[in-house]
Amino acid sequence: MIRKITTIGMMLSVAVISFNCSNNDDDNEMQESVTTVYVQEDQMGRPAVNTVFVASADKDVFNKTIPSKQGAAFASKFKTNLEALSPAFNESTDKNALGQTSTAFTTLLATDVLNVSLDGTTTFYDGTNVLTGRALADDVITVELILIFGGESGLTMSENPTLSDDNVSANDKDFLTSFPYLASPW
Amino acid sequence: MKTRKILLGLASIALVSGAIIAADHIDAPAVEGGTSDITDFYAFQGANTNNLVFVANVQGLITPENSAVAKFDKNVMIEFNIDTDGDYVEDYVIQAIPSSDDKMYVYGPAVPNETGKNSTLLSNSYKSSVAITPYGNDAITATTNASSVSGVKAFAGLRDDPFFMDFAQYSAIVGGTAGGFNNPGADTFAGTNVLSVVVEVPKTMIGSTGTINTWVTTKRKQ
Repeated sequence: MIRKITTIGMMLSVAVISFNCSNNDDDNEMQESVTTVYVQEDQMGRPAVNTVFVASADKDVFNKTIPSKQGAAFASKFKTNLEALSPAFNESTDKNALGQTSTAFTTLLATDVLNVSLDGTTTFYDGTNVLTGRALADDVITVELILIFGGESGLTMSENPTLSDDNVSANDKDFLTSFPYLASPW
Repeated sequence: MKTRKILLGLASIALVSGAIIAADHIDAPAVEGGTSDITDFYAFQGANTNNLVFVANVQGLITPENSAVAKFDKNVMIEFNIDTDGDYVEDYVIQAIPSSDDKMYVYGPAVPNETGKNSTLLSNSYKSSVAITPYGNDAITATTNASSVSGVKAFAGLRDDPFFMDFAQYSAIVGGTAGGFNNPGADTFAGTNVLSVVVEVPKTMIGSTGTINTWVTTKRKQ
């Protein structure tokens, strides 16, 4: 009986030593197990950018591209898509309500970050402030539709009125006035 | 003639864009319907105007029936990126990662260990946590007093999807079966939930003044 236990003990110690050896032999494997790495799968700055402006073959690539590389990789593709999508941009001199040509507009959008002011009002657009953040109640889709389809006078007289407003202007639940601000779930 | 041109233009975009949806909900094949799919990102001044609030929503279109089983993926980090000097490279990050005991660990804001597509967790000195609010409970929130991130407030759990849009009609327009939006429109996201991470931080931790560039990423544990 005692001999059996000793034998098992010896086997175990051999196993432990082998395990240690194999780890010591492979420094790369040891390194990886110490620091866990997380790798990017999805990315978002402004609403609906990937959805509207990125061709289906590029959508995964866009999500895995860091913002500092997005402009060079995607601005000209965005411009082609915008000009095909919107009759408000079918002339080279066309501009949107912010006075941006298709080149200026898509150069802005291709780097998919949200600009946020630390000095006051934060809103996508509230009639006065433009791109100073994104608040929960902002009607971001209508703002984007106006900039895409509205033309130079899109805010007051859209060139394509039936494409410039989805006529859904508020959330289905009221937001909270204090943290965490989002409404309770259904 | 004008209408036809619009429709042709839209139809050609539909061909290149494929299935299309909303703010960022199911925006690309690799993340669509998965646990790393970002649906929305918000950044706005808090009720306390000295603070800025970051919101990341993932896994959209969760019905009330499916809400009790909806959960964050423990292998997916949600990372808020903050660029303070206009080069579109993150100068600060806030990392949220679910723990095995149903808490959301929140690290930062702090200078990242590295920038770019790959991330490692910030040091424990920047760590705070909040219990993930179970479905049906009142929102559980937590404010840390850890010295390097004192005042950072966090929430994690299900919320009503704050996004609103007549996505169905947009799809019909882009698909060439409708010529414009309806009035009134119908909110495709009404009655659905998302998994939300909300983090409120003192502005002094992320640059204090001026304009920052921000974005959210989801990153999977390797």
